[in-house]
Amino acid sequence: MRQHSLQHDSEGRLHHLLTIEGLKRQQIVDILDTAESFIPVSDRQVRKVPLLRGKTVVNLFFEASTRTLTTFELAAKRLSADVLKININTSATVKGESLLDMLHNLEAMQCDMFVVRHADSGAAHLIARHVAPHVSVINAGDGSHAHPTQALLDMFTIRRHKGEFAPLTVAIVGDIKHSRVARSLIHALTTLGVSELRVVAPKTLIPAAVESLGVQVVHDLDAGLRDADVVIMLRLQKERMQGAMLPSEAEYFSTYGLTEEKLALAKPDAIVMHPGPINRGVEIASSVADGPQSVILEQVSNGIAVRMAVMSMTLGRAPAEGESA
Amino acid sequence: MPEPVTEQDTIEQLIQQMADDLRARLEAARMRDALMVGIHTGGLWVAERLHTLLGFEQPLGELDISFYRDDFSRIGMNPQVRPSRLPVSVDERHIVLVDDILHTGRTIRAAMNELFDYGRPAAITLVVLGERSGRELPIQADVVGRHFDLGEHEHVKLSGPEPLELSVVEAP
Repeated sequence: MRQHSLQHDSEGRLHHLLTIEGLKRQQIVDILDTAESFIPVSDRQVRKVPLLRGKTVVNLFFEASTRTLTTFELAAKRLSADVLKININTSATVKGESLLDMLHNLEAMQCDMFVVRHADSGAAHLIARHVAPHVSVINAGDGSHAHPTQALLDMFTIRRHKGEFAPLTVAIVGDIKHSRVARSLIHALTTLGVSELRVVAPKTLIPAAVESLGVQVVHDLDAGLRDADVVIMLRLQKERMQGAMLPSEAEYFSTYGLTEEKLALAKPDAIVMHPGPINRGVEIASSVADGPQSVILEQVSNGIAVRMAVMSMTLGRAPAEGESA
Repeated sequence: MPEPVTEQDTIEQLIQQMADDLRARLEAARMRDALMVGIHTGGLWVAERLHTLLGFEQPLGELDISFYRDDFSRIGMNPQVRPSRLPVSVDERHIVLVDDILHTGRTIRAAMNELFDYGRPAAITLVVLGERSGRELPIQADVVGRHFDLGEHEHVKLSGPEPLELSVVEAP
């Protein structure tokens, strides 16, 4: 698979956003800067800019999602695009129409962007390889592979609180193995060059050879949290686990759950993040999730601006040679 | 229409004249508590000077009209968009909109569209450092520093912020 070049056009601009892997540091910074300029739009009387007027964005969600789907929809609407949500459970794919046939039908209706969430890794790539040249595809999460806009909104949230990435120690705690967010976060944080990146989890929840991505594997939560500037908690993905990977939720919480006591090991101004939905009392205590160091709800609002940036940058490229506008 | 200004005049003198003209206008129309808004980047440089000269009470606002350009699908997203900032509500307020050069009128149209997404201004006064021929929309300035008569392939360019310099350049 030519994943890395697939998301860029012939002039090196972002055509699709499928994965963080292969994005250059400056490209990530450009997305964060563009997102920053969309922040004031949410505070205005008319929370809309006319950038994508006349464009049609289709949300193709093959897997349940509330936050991601809603913020993508809000982002598209704030850019004045028309938004279509295909409910996959009642759509023609159930009647035996293939996914690609459905896509070509949507293209025939002059749609400009597909936002894809799918339980299978590689689904967004597959779609990106088969769409017409003027259509952009955004990966809104594929299996345990990638969730690039989540990682970008996390980078945006970190930058708003900490400014620079270089001096930071970041701990990603929890189910690294099944998490597409973790994979995208690791690529983003290493590309932006944090000083230290730790993944903290029991052996059963660490994927093989993760060290090769430039992270430090820590199995002890205390050691993982010590002097961290940013603590990112991940959801325990019970639906993706097969067999006995964990003793029990209560025991997981006692060894890997983030409590106020554990958080005190991190720097006093450390921020606590979580991509949601949170399992209270499983990976994080309610007092921490709702506490003063938590930026979990900020992540959700920042998701709108970051998704606006990604949509406007992919759809707002000047047409390249041989591409229809 | 103001008299063409002679070559010896410096930009700072031009801006002083514009400030006097604008003050007279605001007083005649009894416009108080106006909000001055500069359009990025050149318009903001001019607005900063006018804002200081006139001692406006409200802080200076700034607009980046990139999200409102009518040629977005042709030229694409500008990666260096600066956030627009309007420090107070524009509702029922008099707005003094400042730009560097008035040419086709498209920038001003975009700026007015953006202003109206913040609320409903009572009135908008347009102030430009220079105006030239080539209007494509029915838009004219209320206060003009200098009028330029240009050939078809000539452009006026403002460089700055220190010092401000106007120059006529041959378009490629």
